[in-house]
Order: sequence, then C-alpha cells, then structure tokens
Amino acid sequence: MSLKAFHIVFVGISMLLCLGFGVWAIFEYRSAGDAAALICGIGSFVGCVALLIYGRWFLRKLKGVSYL
Amino acid sequence: MSASVLPYTVKPHPVTGVYSGKLGTWLFLASEVMLFGAFFSTYVLLRVGAPTEGAAVWPTHEQTHLSWKIGGFNTLVLIISSVTMVLAWAQLKMNNFSKARLYLIVTFVLAGLFLVVKLTMEYYPKFEAGIRPSTNIFFAAYFVLTGLHALHIVGGMVVIGYFIGPGASLWKKDPEYFTNRIECTGLYWHFVDLVWIFLFPVLYLL
Repeated sequence: MSLKAFHIVFVGISMLLCLGFGVWAIFEYRSAGDAAALICGIGSFVGCVALLIYGRWFLRKLKGVSYL
Repeated sequence: MSASVLPYTVKPHPVTGVYSGKLGTWLFLASEVMLFGAFFSTYVLLRVGAPTEGAAVWPTHEQTHLSWKIGGFNTLVLIISSVTMVLAWAQLKMNNFSKARLYLIVTFVLAGLFLVVKLTMEYYPKFEAGIRPSTNIFFAAYFVLTGLHALHIVGGMVVIGYFIGPGASLWKKDPEYFTNRIECTGLYWHFVDLVWIFLFPVLYLL
C-alpha cells in the first residue's frame, strides 16, 4: 500500500474521529453547559467536511500515482 | 561499498511488486501494531474489569486531570502534520524539492509543538501535583501508552530532521530513491498519528 492509499485511509479515520468528537462535544455541552464544547463540536463537524473536500482534492492531485 | 548492493530501492521487486524499503517499512509497522495492540488490549481489559466500588475503582474524568481541550488540540496538530508530510512527498513526485523541504520543516515543527504541549501542559503539571505512573493503574497505563507514543514522535522527528538536513543531499544523487525514502517516512508518520487518533478518544473522552 502506497502513502497515497494510506493517506486516504487516514483521512477517512480522521473524519470518523471528527464526527464522533462532534457528537461527544454536543452531549458534553448539553450535560455540563460548557460553551467551549459547543464551539469545538461545531468546529469538529466543519473539520469533517473540510477533510472530505481535502480528500477529494488530494485524489485529483495524485491521480497518476499508484495505490500500491 | 556501492549503492548497487541494496537491490530494488527504486524499482519494484518482481515478487512483492513494491520496492524493498516499502516492504520493510510495512513489516516494521506490523510489529508496531502488535506492540501498541498489546498495550491497548491491556488498557481495555483493565478498564472493563475494574471494580465498580472500593479503592481500586476506575478514576472519573475529574480524577484523571486529563483535559480534552489539550488532547483535542494535539490531535488537530498531528492531523495537520500528516497532511504536510504527504504534501512533501507529493511535491517530490512533482520534482519540486524546495517546496517539499518546506513541508518537511512544517511537519517537524508541528511534531515539536505536539511534544512541547504534551510535556509542559500535560506531564509537567501532573508531576507537580505528585501524580506518577505508580499513583494508580490508570496513570500506569496512561504514562506507558502516551510515553511510548511520544518516543515514536521523537523517532519520527529524528528521521524527518535528517532528511531536512544531511540526508537531503541524496536528492541530487538519486531523486527517485530520496522520494521513496520520504514515502517510507510518511508511512511511519501516518501510523504514529493514527495511534494518537485511537488514543485520544480512549483516554480523554470515554
């Protein structure tokens, strides 16, 4: 597996982390009322979308590089 | 000793289909998965098997003194460092050495930032408060897992620092070989960052 393929796996797992952390942060805000948790939660969801856009850009940029 | 002693450093091996350095890196990473996997399993088993009452009860988030804000910041730093690492490799693929070196320097700085935050905002306050790995089973697992991970970050910094400095001369002699070495470094760096992506929620959030 090339760095290109491993990076796509990494971006995918990072997106899952962003989603999970976002949900956790919203729950934290609802239970503890911590405004920083709400901001980080929303930031995490935005980060997930940003990673998705980045991943597509990365695949376009390295179109000619092998996955092996 | 000539460079031809090491076969398949650039071209793929006819049997494996990849160059030797990449195969070696993946074999090394497989051993790393087993190392971290053993410690992760230990942590999960200890936590699941911890009694619900008494002196050996698993500490709450307040008792562990772990800040999800600091951990989250360090997670962001490592994710960005993986992006800059892969961009360095991509620039080498496009024959742009100066940009690649710049991305490597950014990766090196981000790794340093991770360690500075870890040491000054996490380890130091805990040692100041008298918290040691011997304090309880949670901190034993915490210091082993994060300490081992921090050592891997230091190892990665040594390799990246080498390719920014003295190792960069290989680019002039054999650009393809240099690009492959950066790819292997990138594979290692992604693995180290991936370990943290699993460590962060397990230690700080759950």
